[in-house]
Amino acid sequence: MSLDLFFQYLVAGITYGTIYAIVAIGFNIIYNTTGIINFAQGEFVMLGGMIGVTLHALVPMPVAIAGAVVVTMLVGALIEMLFIRWLRRPSVLRLIIITIGLSIGIRELALLLWGEGVRALPYFTGTAVTSLSIGDVHISPQVLWVLGISAVMVAALNFFFARTLLGRQMRACACNREAAQLCGISAKNMVTLSFVLSAGIGALAGCVISPITYVQYDSGTSLALKGFTVAILGGLGNSMAAIAAGLLLGSLESFSIWVMPAAYKDVIAISILLLILFVRPTGLFGNAEAARLKDY
Amino acid sequence: MKALGITATFIFTTILGAGAPQAKGPTIKIGAIFSTTGPAANLGGPEARTLEMLVQEANQKGGIGGYQIDLVLKDSGSSPEKAISLAKRLIEEDKVFAIIGPSTSGETLKIKSIAEEGKTILLSCAAAEAIVNPVASFVFKVAPSDSHAARRIFEQMKKMGISKIGLLSSNTGFGKAGKEQVEKLAPGFGIQVVANEVYDKDATDLTAVVTKLKAAGVQAFINWSIEPAQAIVIKNARQVGLSIPIFQSHGFGNIQYAKAAGPAAEGVIFPASRLLVADTLPADDKQRSVLLKYKQSYESHYKEDASTFGGHAHDALLLLGKAVDKAGTLDKEKVRAALENLQGVVGTAGIFNFSARDHGGLGMDAFEMQTVKNGKFVVFSDTAAKK
Repeated sequence: MSLDLFFQYLVAGITYGTIYAIVAIGFNIIYNTTGIINFAQGEFVMLGGMIGVTLHALVPMPVAIAGAVVVTMLVGALIEMLFIRWLRRPSVLRLIIITIGLSIGIRELALLLWGEGVRALPYFTGTAVTSLSIGDVHISPQVLWVLGISAVMVAALNFFFARTLLGRQMRACACNREAAQLCGISAKNMVTLSFVLSAGIGALAGCVISPITYVQYDSGTSLALKGFTVAILGGLGNSMAAIAAGLLLGSLESFSIWVMPAAYKDVIAISILLLILFVRPTGLFGNAEAARLKDY
Repeated sequence: MKALGITATFIFTTILGAGAPQAKGPTIKIGAIFSTTGPAANLGGPEARTLEMLVQEANQKGGIGGYQIDLVLKDSGSSPEKAISLAKRLIEEDKVFAIIGPSTSGETLKIKSIAEEGKTILLSCAAAEAIVNPVASFVFKVAPSDSHAARRIFEQMKKMGISKIGLLSSNTGFGKAGKEQVEKLAPGFGIQVVANEVYDKDATDLTAVVTKLKAAGVQAFINWSIEPAQAIVIKNARQVGLSIPIFQSHGFGNIQYAKAAGPAAEGVIFPASRLLVADTLPADDKQRSVLLKYKQSYESHYKEDASTFGGHAHDALLLLGKAVDKAGTLDKEKVRAALENLQGVVGTAGIFNFSARDHGGLGMDAFEMQTVKNGKFVVFSDTAAKK
């Protein structure tokens, strides 16, 4: 097999991987502060894309994206305050079911608002047919945008959680809610904040990937499924690991298409995922000790 | 919310029921099953909207065959399982006279025997050959066959001197049925399928799949699907520098996909009904006036582009109306027989000529080879010379 071909499959893998990774990052934030998985995360991604496209008809793209992020953040805050904040000591299972219910609700609402059509923001650089070429290997500039924005996002999040007071308060709530409250941290506000943050990140992801994947009212579900897989594979709560795991899963899928019919792509990828989880239940980069302290 | 709506409608009709229907005359109850949501929503959405619009129009003009239409519209969510239970409910509980839909081949094939056993006319809006072959006496279809689409594509390929092709299809009923037709018919045209790949209907990027086509050295490829993936695949093909001709199935006949793919859609060749190019047809075209009338009323009513799928719902109602008219009674068997003998009915998909052996009614000429030029569907110029 030629070297060009190898790199072209690698590029395809990177494309898949960055899409999975950018969605996976959103899962990690809420998990980091509440210990729950927000199954409506995919819907934040969809909402971001939809609102971005809608606003883009009126204002320039950067403003539309910023607007989409802000509006989705408000939605995230609203959801947390209406459905989660007032629960007294909710069990993990209950929270999961609430977020699943929310995801269905948001999807139906989007169907009512926007109809069933597909939409997309224009490519940030060039058009749908533009690609950067090195020899006979081609990559769409949008993939580089997604990769770049994911990297900036992870760096910013790491800085936020490690260095800022607010970030540390959020982490404190995740580690030990009661102790954090004794220190004067409002756990409830931190949870709201985590929803706001992950809604914003989801919305940004939705805008950035929409030229590649398109967005429609139910596109959040399948994105969330892969994003969730990648978040688990990398080790829940670790954004850096999510990117590595995303690229790994993407490449696995892409190279499996090289040697096998494309129809087996998911079978191969998921089998390898299962194998990894059998050996390392906390994910590739997860910390076994930290995981034991979490609710599940 | 929905339950509330139904209750409200129920109360409304019960209160007003005493006076209104008698004044308006007898009614005919028509059921409709469409994929208004789910992966095939871009088929079912326009179909449901078309039917709602046309039923309202027809009722204002006195209904079909003198009967006011009572439309029972159901959403199958693109799920064959749900279509089965909806079909049973429409036949057994709602006791509808006929069913229009479903939108997809997979759903239709699952309820074919239910309609036949329930002796209820089914006018499917889906394409698969298997819906009317073998013939079931109560089952008809108004969408052109996938075998016709495949033949038209192969004819075009032969003209262009293409003999080695790649085939991509999605893992849905539509993709599977199309794949089978292409595989079956290709050898007869001297065309060899050297790369054959099936992808997931929810695929978000298909770069690796088109890379495989590139490696196989095909002269052209056909993509057979109805999902957003059909726009994604052409984009990815151009991105990896694959500059060969791209053929799509008639599933591409919705301008939103051409719009979504932008410049990548330019030059894609696909067979589709003339609805998409209605305004560029010559004045003496038999379908022109029907097409323009439907297109204009749909577009002014819903402020969105008409698609061939909505046209199928239009044709189904038109044919049913003609049959009821001809039979002059609401006897299911008589209307069925009348439907089977309809000849020369001009619909949006083509000119329908039904017979006891052909419940599809459309010929190869229902398809026109089209392409995308400057973001719009136009007739593919090679075929302009053809009859």
